[in-house]
Amino acid sequence: MTASESGRTSSSLDTFPRLLLHHAATRGDRPATREKYLGIWQTWNWSEVALEVRAIACGLAELGFKRGDNLALIGDNRPRLYWAMCAAQMLGGVPVPLYQDAVATEMAFVLTDGEIRFAIVEDQEQVDKLLEIKEQCPCLQHILYDDPRGMRHYTQTSLQGLDEVIAMGKVHDKNQPDFIPGEIAKGSPQDIAVMLYTSGTTGKPKGVCQTHETFIAAAQSGVGFDHLTDQEDILSYLPMAWVGDHLFSYAQALVAGFTINCPESGDTVMTDLREIGPTYYFAPPRVFENLLTTVMIRMEDAGALKRGMFHYFMAVAKRCGSDILDGKPGVSTADRLLYALGNVLVYGPLRNVLGMSRIRVAYTAGAAIGPDLFRFYRSIGVNLKQLYGSTETCAAVCLQPDREIKFDSVGKPAPGVEVRIADSGEVLVRGKLLLKEYYKRPDATAEAIDAEGWFHTGDAGFFDEDGHLKIIDRAKDVGKLADGAIFAPNYIENKLKFFPHIKEAVCFGHDRDMVCAFVNIDMGAVGNWAERRGLPYSGYTDLAGKKDVLDLVRECVEQVNVDLSHDAMVAETQIHRFLVLHKELDPDDDELTRTRKVRRGFISEKYGVLIDALYSGKTSQFIETQVKFEDGRTGKVAADLVICEVKTFPVMKKAA
Amino acid sequence: MSGRNIGEVILDLNNISLSFGGVKALTDISFNVREHEIRAIIGPNGAGKSSMLNVINGVYRPQHGEIILRGEHFANMNSYKAAKAGLARTFQNIALFKGMSVLDNIMTGRNLKMKANILQQAFWLGPAQREELEHRLKVEEIIDFLEIQHIRKIPVGRLPYGLQKRVDLARALAMEPQILLLDEPMAGMNVEEKQDMCRFILDVNDQFGTTVVLIEHDMGVVMDISDRVVVLDYGKKIGDGTPDEVRANPDVISAYLGASH
Repeated sequence: MTASESGRTSSSLDTFPRLLLHHAATRGDRPATREKYLGIWQTWNWSEVALEVRAIACGLAELGFKRGDNLALIGDNRPRLYWAMCAAQMLGGVPVPLYQDAVATEMAFVLTDGEIRFAIVEDQEQVDKLLEIKEQCPCLQHILYDDPRGMRHYTQTSLQGLDEVIAMGKVHDKNQPDFIPGEIAKGSPQDIAVMLYTSGTTGKPKGVCQTHETFIAAAQSGVGFDHLTDQEDILSYLPMAWVGDHLFSYAQALVAGFTINCPESGDTVMTDLREIGPTYYFAPPRVFENLLTTVMIRMEDAGALKRGMFHYFMAVAKRCGSDILDGKPGVSTADRLLYALGNVLVYGPLRNVLGMSRIRVAYTAGAAIGPDLFRFYRSIGVNLKQLYGSTETCAAVCLQPDREIKFDSVGKPAPGVEVRIADSGEVLVRGKLLLKEYYKRPDATAEAIDAEGWFHTGDAGFFDEDGHLKIIDRAKDVGKLADGAIFAPNYIENKLKFFPHIKEAVCFGHDRDMVCAFVNIDMGAVGNWAERRGLPYSGYTDLAGKKDVLDLVRECVEQVNVDLSHDAMVAETQIHRFLVLHKELDPDDDELTRTRKVRRGFISEKYGVLIDALYSGKTSQFIETQVKFEDGRTGKVAADLVICEVKTFPVMKKAA
Repeated sequence: MSGRNIGEVILDLNNISLSFGGVKALTDISFNVREHEIRAIIGPNGAGKSSMLNVINGVYRPQHGEIILRGEHFANMNSYKAAKAGLARTFQNIALFKGMSVLDNIMTGRNLKMKANILQQAFWLGPAQREELEHRLKVEEIIDFLEIQHIRKIPVGRLPYGLQKRVDLARALAMEPQILLLDEPMAGMNVEEKQDMCRFILDVNDQFGTTVVLIEHDMGVVMDISDRVVVLDYGKKIGDGTPDEVRANPDVISAYLGASH
């Protein structure tokens, strides 16, 4: 490559396809993508990836994919789906990743709304879903599948294997070698790069349109902030439709030149994490929670010596671990020595088991993380930080700077981002990273972005004295008890969810005289606990109704009440009564969003009887609920739920 | 290979009778299996279904009758001959090595195909090494096919029952059999596990063209996936035909629902 050519490419790295070509030219031999297949990590370097992307792009063009078309991507994190994203962008099209576990009818909405003509899907399962709803989506013309397994007897003309399309593309590329460079040259940073659908905590999902410029800016600010380089290894295992995955596995990876690693399957993530040992890691709190739960379960099964050692050193870590990580002064020499010993005996091996030995920076976002959970990871030496953002803001509004970590804040505004708190307490954001628009929804766009360019996040928060943003809850969820005390349900639920035995909780209290809660037990943790006690059970519903289990949950709730009583702000919102639900809250039943956020409105409507029972002083309540199985059939679960009273504690005045 | 073109008769059983002392387990049973088909054997408890499978793969030797496999007569079949001839089976009570990992268990299914001698194996010499890689690749393909990557390294004894059944199937598949004998592959499974297993059996039949002979209790499953069904009762054949024919057969109905006398 001549000097003038390389000069041109580096000066115009303003769209993702151009970034890809830049990496292929400058670090062609570095691994770009890995995927574990047949038990072995297969690697593609940047040059190879660029060729693959180009072939997919040509193949799509051959099928009639044009500038302005939308391309749906449905499946687990597969290399070719990421490549297809870039291929669509090469042609001036817009990739639209969908949640792969969504049921067919949910997909129908997005496919129709997004006017999708082309879809690239992972396997037969997704093909079946699309064929099921094809009638409702008249636009959908081409369905391309990555994995040909089981597809031999499908005769639909709209179906094609991705392999064929790539082969077709290679021929096309040979015949018209100038086609792709021409298309890339036509791209502008103001073009829409990707359309991500909101999870729809409130109402129907909306397509958020982000341009190359905004996403590259957001990625650059994060990369610069944490000094990330092309040496980073990341594991791409989060849903591709989530803005967090798009930022980390796609935008930042293309900006900085990371290697992305795709796990073998959804079930092997833990093992794959260990094998890859990522240096940069991103996960929503629930993943960190699950990891911790697994560790705790295994610790309880360990021998007395190991268990004793674990608990002793975890206490040491809790006392001084995060201070040492932050480099704060004032940690005694004795503690430092103990921590060093603990590092050899416990924290190091533990980090290794968790696959976090090489981690330089880990982020969590997507929901508020329980302070205790957060502290746990930092105390064993994992530099876990929080960030704050949303689909509309490329998930990059606030970041926690190294050494300025607070357990209850989400950090400071990222470079180039303005954040303001409205009078109502709502967080407003302005800057380069804002969405261009909601797809075909000028009304919603106007509602979200005001005349001065501030985006209304819908989150309630405030700045503390150090300029750190604290998010309390969704603005619409924060309520008041009947006596006027502030009630932030998420805050209490997170405290509950920190217990390994509790998977999900929903608190009620707005306009009521006390707080009551629904609790979901964690089948894995409680099941294990019951087994060790020789407690027989037949399934979730049975286990959830056992008296011993209720007592276990009651202890957890009481502990939360003790915690709450320490803080005058929230002491009034201690939990008075609770019940353990007879079924797990599930996105398939619309109780959670696909990102597993609780849909409060829906739940309080669906389980109105139970809420009435909680507040009317009954001791038990019968309920029958319809549930959807994974294959789309429905069934019924019925149970008599016991309502438990919990001790509450007087407000403790704490110094400081 | 086109999987679902049901071909010629590949396995023919003629007048098989088997007794243990005075107990007649099987009496004069004849039926055949065509290439690439899914053939079910059903019947009430103690009808002789498992005995039938045991006769086919040479665990029991029948007193009368003959087995014709691809035109070849087997007067006294034994397990080794059966395996050599491309017959693989899974067991009703899982017979895996509990202490060994899933991977190692499936590798044992490749045993017959390993050519390296004991010295080469012991010292990990070139041929043994190359061979191991080859077999490992095949095994990994099966692991991928049956979607058990996440348990590859876990000792079988620690797995739930449904997964053990799947490993059992994986080991049988590792032999690359032409005929797969499945002894109640779905016993003791919940609805979802059964659906998975059905899908895998259909996939095996479809992708590899493997002929499947299976014993199953779940009528829904049998009627859904098999091409032809043979019905046994008290060691006698009382019905044979397509699922619809069998369902309409009065003898079968009375065996299952009890006759009105």
